[in-house]
Amino acid sequence: MSLIQLKPQTAPAASGKSHLKQATQGHRFDAELVAVTKRYGTGPAAVADISLRIPRGSYCCLLGPSGCGKSTTLRMLAGHEDVSEGAILIHGEEVTHKLPVDRGTSMMFQDYALFPHLSCLDNVAFSLKVRGVATRERRAQARQYLELVQMDHLADRLPNQLSGGQQQRVALARSLITRPKVLLLDEPLSALDPFLRVKMRSELKRIQKELGISFIHVTHSQDEALALSDMIVVMNDAKIMQAAPVREVFETPTNAFVARFLGGQNVLNSNGREVSVRTDRCRLGHATGLRSVEGQIAMIEYQGNIVRITLQTPLGDEMTVLQSDTDYFAQNPQIGDTAMMSWQASDEHILAPT
Amino acid sequence: MATRKRKRPLSFYVLATLLGGYAIFLYAPMACVYVLSFQGPQGGMSFPMVGWSTHWFEVLFQGTGGQGVGDIPAAFRRSIRMAVIVAVLSMIISVAAGMAYRRKFPGANLVFYSAIASMVLPGIFVGFGIALTFNLLGWRVNWFTSGIGAQLTWTLPFGMLIMFIVLGRFNPAYEEAATDLGANARQRFWMVIVPIILPGIIAITMASLTSSYEEIARTQLNVGTGNTMPMEITGLLTAATSPVIFAVGTITTFVSFSLVIASLLVMTRLAKRRSSRTAQ
Repeated sequence: MSLIQLKPQTAPAASGKSHLKQATQGHRFDAELVAVTKRYGTGPAAVADISLRIPRGSYCCLLGPSGCGKSTTLRMLAGHEDVSEGAILIHGEEVTHKLPVDRGTSMMFQDYALFPHLSCLDNVAFSLKVRGVATRERRAQARQYLELVQMDHLADRLPNQLSGGQQQRVALARSLITRPKVLLLDEPLSALDPFLRVKMRSELKRIQKELGISFIHVTHSQDEALALSDMIVVMNDAKIMQAAPVREVFETPTNAFVARFLGGQNVLNSNGREVSVRTDRCRLGHATGLRSVEGQIAMIEYQGNIVRITLQTPLGDEMTVLQSDTDYFAQNPQIGDTAMMSWQASDEHILAPT
Repeated sequence: MATRKRKRPLSFYVLATLLGGYAIFLYAPMACVYVLSFQGPQGGMSFPMVGWSTHWFEVLFQGTGGQGVGDIPAAFRRSIRMAVIVAVLSMIISVAAGMAYRRKFPGANLVFYSAIASMVLPGIFVGFGIALTFNLLGWRVNWFTSGIGAQLTWTLPFGMLIMFIVLGRFNPAYEEAATDLGANARQRFWMVIVPIILPGIIAITMASLTSSYEEIARTQLNVGTGNTMPMEITGLLTAATSPVIFAVGTITTFVSFSLVIASLLVMTRLAKRRSSRTAQ
């Protein structure tokens, strides 16, 4: 199968391995939000004055609790929601008031929204049909995209005859056949069982790398965001808390919300400042030169190669220690024991006040 | 299975008896009508049967064969013609109204309640009112003006209610997906919405067809010259003294069942056509 045919129309072939990538168009960012606000009626803004730049060919996750405005942001990018203030750019071109089909975006819906009366093949061919492409040609093209998502063997099935994972593959093919510059995914994995979720997320990443276009993926799952993202945008309360490469967001969260929401960090007070310390850099026990806090062991979760120990401090805060199984069995702490949790001062990361 | 073997509770037998009694009450009298319609030429309007024949059907189809029997075939044609037009109009208006009600517009509630209220208005007065208004304005009542209008006041509220429910359950993501894939408003409607709500559209059409066919309260004063079927039968009930009326009953039932079976066949064929696309 020739993937050159499947990459976006705007991409002329380049040499070497980069032949799958989006070619230079003079734009630096695949998608940009400039001071975008969304208001419904007179209430508080659903999205309040956010600005964001998504570099070319990125897998970007919008992460946040429900109601934080991440889905609204995605829908504004797609053109399914009007923008109250601000501007949206795709490939450096303003699309704020353009129709969804003229933006170069394509959206994959949370419940896939596959047309129940059409076979998989005709679902994928739908965008060609509305453009007046002849039956034979559009079905041939649709079959290629079904091959890309490994669903060509079920091309004649109706959506309700497919499993959740299969439906998702078809929905992906249906979005990709429009050759989008940016693919928008609204909680695409939330309807799948955990095993399939992990399988499909690597599939999404594979296809994104193959096509070289940007994927913007809304999720409330930290694991998903960490596993997939080149760039994570953490949102809360209609605002962006942090937008940065995944490692930066994980290792140096800007504030306590990001640290807590992404997990893997203990948020604590040290010398009057709010700091975060990675849970895997904390240990049970105390030694000179280490900073420490005392607490009672509230929970021990054995997870095979690591053990997660939760301490409750006298102030009621919960602290987590991730220990290797060898350390854990050497110390053998019990639930209810009083214990010290300690860390090195150099592992502290100072948080901005929220 | 374990659940099958469990002893049935008393309530099962009580409810089963009730259902059985209901079925007998519903169908036994009609069975009498069907049997009596094959009464011999010398027979009367009640049992016992004096031989068997199709004499009364022949009388019926000859038009003015018996005492008090009008031109039934002509009345049937009038009723069917009107029912088909009313069904098509109800279907189109209901779908249009259903689509309109997917967004809020000023006065939406008022329009909705006034449409629904005509369900509870006493039909005979609605019919009387329409006839009176036509009279006041100096217009002649006619089957294709006041007649169809009067019947629409009866079929439309049901059609619209069905459509509100069907479209209320319609997932807007289908439309958004279609928009996203480049469909314009017309393509969205014909290629996505209509195929998905097709069973509802067929249901409205069939319901309007049958309720127009058997409507009398609103129709009788507004249909102008020429009786419809229900009017003819009401006439028969008061005037006829022969088993012709039973023959009418048998034929009417046959027509109704044919309609129901035809629409079921259409539905199953639609369903089959969908599943036949399934690769083996």
